[in-house]
Amino acid sequence: MSQVEVVAPFLAAAVRTATPLALAALGEVLVERAGLINIGLEGAILAGAFGALVGATTAGVAAGYAGAILAGLVVAALFATCVVLLRADQIITGTALTLMSVGVTGTLYRAIYGNSGAALSLPTSAPLPIPGLSSIPVIGAALFVQPPVTYVVYLLAPAMAWWLGRTHAGLALRAIGERPEAAEAAGIAVNRLRVLAVLVGGALGGLAGGTLVLAQAGTFAENMSAGRGFIAIAIVVLGRWRPMGVALAALLFGAASALQFAFQAMGWGAPYQLFLAIPYLLTLAALAGAVGRTRAPAALGKPLARPVNRS
Amino acid sequence: MPMSVFRSLAFATLLVAATLLATALLLAIGGYDVRLALAALWTGSLGSWYSFTSATLVRAIPLMLSGGAIAVAFRAGVFNIGAEGQLLAGASVATAVALGLPTFGMATLVLALVVGAAGGAAWASIAALLRARFGVLEVISTIMLNFVALSAVSYLVRGPLQEPTHAYPQTSSIASAVRLIQIPGAGRLHVGFVLALSVLGAAGWIMRHTAVGFRLLAVGESASASASAGQIDVGAVTTRAFLVSGALAGLAGAVEVQGVTFALYENISPGYGYTAIAVALLAGLDPWRVIVSALLFAALEAGAGAMQRDAGVPSTLVSVVEALLILAAVTAQALRLRRSDAPAAESPMPAGVRAS
Repeated sequence: MSQVEVVAPFLAAAVRTATPLALAALGEVLVERAGLINIGLEGAILAGAFGALVGATTAGVAAGYAGAILAGLVVAALFATCVVLLRADQIITGTALTLMSVGVTGTLYRAIYGNSGAALSLPTSAPLPIPGLSSIPVIGAALFVQPPVTYVVYLLAPAMAWWLGRTHAGLALRAIGERPEAAEAAGIAVNRLRVLAVLVGGALGGLAGGTLVLAQAGTFAENMSAGRGFIAIAIVVLGRWRPMGVALAALLFGAASALQFAFQAMGWGAPYQLFLAIPYLLTLAALAGAVGRTRAPAALGKPLARPVNRS
Repeated sequence: MPMSVFRSLAFATLLVAATLLATALLLAIGGYDVRLALAALWTGSLGSWYSFTSATLVRAIPLMLSGGAIAVAFRAGVFNIGAEGQLLAGASVATAVALGLPTFGMATLVLALVVGAAGGAAWASIAALLRARFGVLEVISTIMLNFVALSAVSYLVRGPLQEPTHAYPQTSSIASAVRLIQIPGAGRLHVGFVLALSVLGAAGWIMRHTAVGFRLLAVGESASASASAGQIDVGAVTTRAFLVSGALAGLAGAVEVQGVTFALYENISPGYGYTAIAVALLAGLDPWRVIVSALLFAALEAGAGAMQRDAGVPSTLVSVVEALLILAAVTAQALRLRRSDAPAAESPMPAGVRAS
């Protein structure tokens, strides 16, 4: 077997696996830059996967993506209501929302599609080769023969980097994550901006779930998010809260997960359960290496000091 | 202490009422026959002596122990979401000891339990070390370790610990000498129930009446004040709480293997470690109240199976009920804090946890 026969499929698998992780992590960048931490991201991804199933079975792939985003938005809206408006604890709220997504998607799935657990086959979004770029040797096919949603990531990461770094709105978002009280005093509507950040984060999380269903698995399974939301949160740390860094970190994780395919292709006899554990082990190693040398937004996870609107 | 007994009764009543209300509401929204479903829930959980002992109480044992694990950790400001993985680690090593060592009756039985607890603590120690040395958020690390533990069990029951015929992904059954004996006249209920009650009773007593418990609560309330005013070694206290938490979850796994399943396989826990989070939070992180909420959730999960069988209601509905209860508890607490500057002791969450 030649080098290219192993390397090209490996790269393609890495990009494919990285896409939903990058989408979810980019959304979480906005949330964390705004000073919140949404553990419920896992729930948003799972809800998005289910929303994609419902949308795609009723009206095709595009409706599937719309359903995914909508479902992610619902979870995010619940999080924003509890955390920003009612000031509930962020970690506990996020944990409860993830549990709720598991319950709601499982219940609806069994109620609508039956208890059989038979795999439904869905329309999937086919890879869309980009003329010219896709014929670059080795990397062309890996990077530019992907489902359209992957190209969304290619555009979103630099766009978000520019928005955060170069616009007034981006500056305001960073300000409320670092010094929310000062930002409030400077006239920034902290809570409104935080709600918006959470909603965008939820929409991207939902889109990530939709990607799992519509561009990868072609079906829905209970609990299919399988910890990707938590991995995405780790990717945000590893990418140092910067969109481009996060996109690269997601690619690294995609590559680690794709190793199992490469090892199988090379005929390695190691037990597959060990490969399944690689992304989780890598997350632990990456966190141990990354934390301490990076700095989180100063107000991360802390609610805005009371009173909010008294001045 | 009639006051605290009264409060606990009021707490239990409120909890049961809220649970029934949430369940009935969800059933109605889903368009199910609410009466039929609730009747099935009752039959499957408390309706008969057999279902009460063999379904509800048997299920309450791992929930009590892992709920206690969460309570100890959260009280100290440690967000251990990894009870599931620690439970699996405990179950794995307890099975290995029970299968691998020659049986000297009680000695091996007790040794397997102790090793199970140690296994859970060891699994938790990875996250504890990552937190202490590198500042890694334990919420993330413990969840990652849950997935790793599941992969490890999956590997063990297909590899080194698989039963000799290699036909099924599970271990051989452990010898009857290392099994926890069943309580006469109580169906499948085993003495692990008494063990869990004693452990939680002791944990609650330690938290209320000893210096160790005081330091734990103090660190959870305010790490900086504990360090400066109380001269408490905060790092040591949190690490120990983390390890004790892991040990309790590991014990839950060992007790499950030695009292119920008698073998290790992948689905040995139907998410006990995750349900435990709801159990502990609703109990306000108090080990004595954990007993009450564990019984409630055990009844709920025992009845869920009957509800699916008899009324066609997906058993996953129970997760929604649990999540709603957590959200209700956490927002009610936030609202109470907002309305008045309630004294910290009245709030179920330590201040350090609230602020983190």
